[in-house]
Amino acid sequence: MARVVFTSHLQRHVACPESDVSGATVAQALAAVFQQSPQVRDYVLDEQGHVRRHVHIYVDGRRISDRQRLSDTVLPTSQIYILQALSGG
Amino acid sequence: MSDRLLVGTRKGLFTVEKQSARWTLREPAFLGDPVTAVLARDGGNTIHAALNLGHFGVKMRRSRDAGKTWEEQAAPAYPPQPENAPGPAWKLVQVWTLENGGSDEPGVLWAGTIPGGLFRSNDDGDTWSLVRPLWEHPQRAEWMGGGYDAPGMHSVCVDPRDSRRVSVAVSTGGVWQTRDRGETWALRASGMRAEYMPPDQQGNPLVQDVHRMVACRGNPDVMWVQHHNGVFRSTDGAQSWTEIKTAALSAFGFAVAVDPNDANTAWFVPAVKDEKRVPVNAQLAVTRTRDGGRTFEVLREGLPGEPAYDLIYRHGLDIDVAGQRLAFGSTTGGLWISENRGDSWRCVSAHLPPIAAVRFVS
Repeated sequence: MARVVFTSHLQRHVACPESDVSGATVAQALAAVFQQSPQVRDYVLDEQGHVRRHVHIYVDGRRISDRQRLSDTVLPTSQIYILQALSGG
Repeated sequence: MSDRLLVGTRKGLFTVEKQSARWTLREPAFLGDPVTAVLARDGGNTIHAALNLGHFGVKMRRSRDAGKTWEEQAAPAYPPQPENAPGPAWKLVQVWTLENGGSDEPGVLWAGTIPGGLFRSNDDGDTWSLVRPLWEHPQRAEWMGGGYDAPGMHSVCVDPRDSRRVSVAVSTGGVWQTRDRGETWALRASGMRAEYMPPDQQGNPLVQDVHRMVACRGNPDVMWVQHHNGVFRSTDGAQSWTEIKTAALSAFGFAVAVDPNDANTAWFVPAVKDEKRVPVNAQLAVTRTRDGGRTFEVLREGLPGEPAYDLIYRHGLDIDVAGQRLAFGSTTGGLWISENRGDSWRCVSAHLPPIAAVRFVS
């Protein structure tokens, strides 16, 4: 099971506890997360299903490259971090 | 008269209430989060607020207890974008304005957004639908960004005599009107003039950069527009527009308010066009016409005497339902209220976050 961890900044807006999910891609892993916590989806993805512009997703220390289809590979041992980009004032 | 004012800022939603002859700031809601639009009804028991969380997108919040508690609701969402669709991405960037439907359609809300879509809710914001006939209108592809990368719809006027008749304004894309609750739309910006365009395009209704459009509640055929390079007025429900060339101080500005009971009286907060966008001679002033734009007065009593660089955005000026009280808020966090139709002003705070929208509760 891959582990999914959310930035604490998101916890202020919506409950998103760490979770262990299965899935071979980021899309599949996130789908499992959103099944448990449907309200989290709109904070991470936009209405076209793309990663929001100021959100970054890391898998095992590497930023994912496919922000539209979320096809980056996830292993059963992977750590997936969902972070906010630094922006604004 | 309204004793309560909602103030949407870059760092939260503030409430100002009049108690014992003083206007007092209450604890803000959503402290730290940008509030881009706010709407009240039922005497302020129901409030809708649009947040733009930057990282995490646009969120809608609703209170049913005058702001004591809030619940999250669905935000307007664009449908799946077809491949090769022209124009901006079908992604919600910002809710720019919120309006109630007519009095005969409780629970109806309209939301104007960036990148230009108009959304409607029939269930008090539980769900939203894109008004597709306007979004799919072939001329929508010619709308342009005005201040933002993508076009934005900032003004929605529902005709109080007929809720099916709705006029919207786009920066930049002119004025659009439906008479059948959104099924069909017509461009209604004839008579406007865009001096920033090539000469042969200046009169093109489709390129007009309307900054803000309001309609007189008691005489809805009279509409006022603060445009990028002028003030325009319609007396025939947006069928035609006439340029008001007598505007005091500057023809540039963002905000306009009209007296709900007197269509000839309107207020503006002009600024130096176009690259500078500060008060003329650094002297903050409101202007008022009481004769339909033939003459204007400059109203400064109670406004800063020292140099001031406050800019008032398009939703930063409002008038209450009685037509007596006005309020405006600036990008440098100044908030002023007048209880005598602008004759004099009182500063409520000079230290708020940048103000996007002020709205009297009614």
